[in-house]
Amino acid sequence: MKVKVLCRNPDDYVRETTRDIQKVPRNYDPTLHPFEVPREYTRALNATKLERVFAKPFVASLDGHRDGISCIVKHSKSLSTVLSGACDGEVKVWNLPKRECMRTVQAHEGFVRGMCSRFCGTSFFTVGDDKTIKQWNMEAPGYGVREEPINTILGKAVFTGIDHHHREGTFATCGQTVDIWDEQRSSPIRSFSWGVDSFSSVRYNPVETELLASCASDRSVVLYDTRESAPLRKVIMQLRSNTLCWNPMEAYYFTCANEDYNLYTYDIRHLDVPVTVHMDHVSAVLDVDYSPTGREFVSASFDKTVRIFQKDKGHSREVYHTKRMQHVISVRWSADNKYIMSGSDEMNIRLWKANASEKLGLLSTREKAAANYNKKLIEKFQHHPQVRRIARHRHLPRDVLKQKREQREMKEARRRKEQNVRKHSKPGSVPLLTEKEKHVVAVVE
Amino acid sequence: MAAPTPEDSSSTHVEKKSKQKLSKRYWEETKNTDQKKPEEEPSKDVQNQSEATVKERSLKRKKGESDQPVKEDPFPGQAPIPTERLQKFRRGEKHKAPAGAGRKLKEAIVFSESVSELAQKQAARYDLLLPEDAGFLEGDEGEDTSTISQDDIADAVDITSGSKYFNLHLSQFGPYRLDYSRNGRHLLLGGRKGHVACIDWQSKDLMCEMNVMETVNDVKWLHTEAMFAVAQKKWLYIYDSKGVELHCVKKFNDVLKMQFLPYHFLLATASATGFLQYLDVSVGKEVAAINTKLGRLDVMAQNPYNAVVHLGHPNGTVSLWSPNQREPLVKMLCHRGAVRSLTVDKTGMHMVTSGLDRKLKVYDIRAFKPLHSCFLPAGASCLSLSQKGLLSAATGDVVQVYKNACGSSTLSKPYMAHRLRGQVCGLAYCPFEDVLGIGHDQGFTSMIVPGAGEPNFDALDTNPYRSFKQRQEWEVKALLEKVQPELIGLDPGQLGKVDHASFEQRHKERVEALGFDPLAKEKFKPVKKKKGRSSAGSVEKRKRKVAHEDQRDIIRQSVQEKMDRQKELEEKSKEKRDLGMKTTLDRFRK
Repeated sequence: MKVKVLCRNPDDYVRETTRDIQKVPRNYDPTLHPFEVPREYTRALNATKLERVFAKPFVASLDGHRDGISCIVKHSKSLSTVLSGACDGEVKVWNLPKRECMRTVQAHEGFVRGMCSRFCGTSFFTVGDDKTIKQWNMEAPGYGVREEPINTILGKAVFTGIDHHHREGTFATCGQTVDIWDEQRSSPIRSFSWGVDSFSSVRYNPVETELLASCASDRSVVLYDTRESAPLRKVIMQLRSNTLCWNPMEAYYFTCANEDYNLYTYDIRHLDVPVTVHMDHVSAVLDVDYSPTGREFVSASFDKTVRIFQKDKGHSREVYHTKRMQHVISVRWSADNKYIMSGSDEMNIRLWKANASEKLGLLSTREKAAANYNKKLIEKFQHHPQVRRIARHRHLPRDVLKQKREQREMKEARRRKEQNVRKHSKPGSVPLLTEKEKHVVAVVE
Repeated sequence: MAAPTPEDSSSTHVEKKSKQKLSKRYWEETKNTDQKKPEEEPSKDVQNQSEATVKERSLKRKKGESDQPVKEDPFPGQAPIPTERLQKFRRGEKHKAPAGAGRKLKEAIVFSESVSELAQKQAARYDLLLPEDAGFLEGDEGEDTSTISQDDIADAVDITSGSKYFNLHLSQFGPYRLDYSRNGRHLLLGGRKGHVACIDWQSKDLMCEMNVMETVNDVKWLHTEAMFAVAQKKWLYIYDSKGVELHCVKKFNDVLKMQFLPYHFLLATASATGFLQYLDVSVGKEVAAINTKLGRLDVMAQNPYNAVVHLGHPNGTVSLWSPNQREPLVKMLCHRGAVRSLTVDKTGMHMVTSGLDRKLKVYDIRAFKPLHSCFLPAGASCLSLSQKGLLSAATGDVVQVYKNACGSSTLSKPYMAHRLRGQVCGLAYCPFEDVLGIGHDQGFTSMIVPGAGEPNFDALDTNPYRSFKQRQEWEVKALLEKVQPELIGLDPGQLGKVDHASFEQRHKERVEALGFDPLAKEKFKPVKKKKGRSSAGSVEKRKRKVAHEDQRDIIRQSVQEKMDRQKELEEKSKEKRDLGMKTTLDRFRK
């Protein structure tokens, strides 16, 4: 007779001293782990719920301005520094970790219309209602020394925006025309205009650095190449765009914030149809900024909310609002991809987390692993109705919610009418237009 | 000579000769020079050669080789994994991107397939590292293992294992029902006449003992060894491990049999009044009460694979129940007489039943088909399947253990047998141990059945050696991932599958609302070409080309369908012909 009976030595399974870690022998045999899918689903549901429970995006508010914030600029080299310009001509330099104002400059009379930081981070430029462009040193002057700009240029008309070249000492302003300036000269080296009276924003492409895009008041977005004498092409939409931002990773895409409550992502190679229409705002969109990864962007709107969109999704993944936040004029995504700054009418700059439920600070390895696991679970079960319902739910201010409902109704009515018209007209005479095709009027070369 | 000759590089590592040749030795040096001397004449030639070697070296450096002899790996790459072991960790079929899927979907499918394949391979590799092997019992030549007595086995094995064979003589309050806790450390005994005891059976520590002064129908551990449920004469009671009464659940009356669903925290009870009730033990709420209308329910088992409760009835049927449905999920006629006992294996593939017709039948409960049956002279009153698939059947006062009960062949002679002092009332295998617990008239017997238990446990799921703290942690985790009772159904993997039906329904509604089909194939719009290639004629030609391609697809499909149908018909007619044309002479045909 040969016999063997299972007999385990407890020493192999129990830790020797209380200072040891517990022994955890594993066996991955699927029959020992029944209900894999339902248990994983339960975990995913819990993870989704916890994500919503921990979604506390508001980090801090920077107050000190005495008028509405008109523009925010990131320091191009330092993560902790942010500059902001207000409607009373004041520019403040903020230290984010300390959440305090380091320096205040009375830069202009009237609005500060635009600001930009030089690519090296040593100085910054401001334009204002007083028709001047001023260059300031990033370093604060010594004690008792007056704040003086390094350089002041007097222009002929009001400037509405400014952006600096990403590698060279040139910058672009917009106003009546789009002007390209050399830092050493007091007159523009080139001026572009295309039969329009004014521009609201201008942006240099971060990769193809000679490329420029600007939003014009004749409802168009115009592309320029600084090496050429004339603008490249423009796309005319149904309503005016306020600002635009280039995607920093796929720099052939840009997104413009439109007056018709939508944002449009365009591919510069095919301007006739936008790549994506981003809907969700219920009032004019005033500013947009991409995350440094180029996967997402943030938009600020007149409806007092800030929304975060994925670059290829039509609807926002997140909406931020507070009771006290008024019309959001400007918004920026920090260079470490973790925070969002929003400047609004009621004189505050607010600091938000880019990922609402993210835990700040150092994470232990197990915390990181758990966070990654939960993220993957939510992704895996994202299409299940229970999970989706919880993950999508956002509390909205009452008037935004009302407007949203109203607009949905209006849209439905429009669609119904069009359907009726199509039904009672000659087949093919009323074409089916997709949402993307509806908003572009023309592309002019 | 510094460089290995081509011969050397091609030769295998096994040859020692080449190795010797490669390593620089002083005698070789001399030998070579000796050989070369007569041939080499001027210094110029030498110079040339040295230049050549330098070149060769630099070439080699570029290729990433070194001057050292290269030892080739005799077993390159990762070790191959046996296919059976890979099969063990396979979950479902591989997905393929459907025809006409977009690039994104294809990429996503390919990526997820690669990830799951990697996981499967790693799990299969890890299988090699499992520390314990399963037990076994082999007789000598001509010796029948069923004749080997328990005493002999207990003598042959080590002391610790030998002590796992023991008898408890409890003749006063029997017959006894029993239950092992999920990790196999604790034993709960319930005598018919009110005796309830829980024991740490390996150390033989008595945790509590009491007499409830009432008839005890069944006992069951709840999710941990801190609580157990006792079905008494009238109501269901819940005690803690010290014997303190925690609850008396008066909604559950006349309970005869109980099953605990550990991942759902549900206690399923079957009562004499024909009610199947579910109690959520984590919140103490009754989840469902189903009137089965099938009479007294005294045969019950759970399917550990999908948490479906199986009930056996006096009319020979077995019905399958989930708490979400008033009617049975499945009802199958299994026996001519009443069903006496049934059990389901842990993979959820097989069900074993025994009836008053003295038959023991094995069913495939995925196809709901009988696999095989056998006739037991006295009929089996209790059945139990172990983790490794050993079937034990109690007939009267004898317990027989069968091997390969769930295979395709019928049951032959038993693997082991043991005679007890009284009629058997309860049978249960101890999880993760080679032990079969038997409750009978005269008490309790723990019997050694080598090869019954799963040798390697997963400590995150069930850990027999867990500490108090670990149990607390586990309890919190388990409660967090408690599966909702709504998810109980025949297929537990249903949630992970694509729900085609409701998609189609939604799509239909969408088409109605929009007035057109948003997923319909777009009509071909020819691209406008330049340089005069977009004349009306050429556009028409291009259009026709595409149209023809589409038509060809349709034709191909219909032809395929036709062929399939014809094949089927042919097969059918062939079968018919075979049956009809058979003559007596056909038997001589090949």
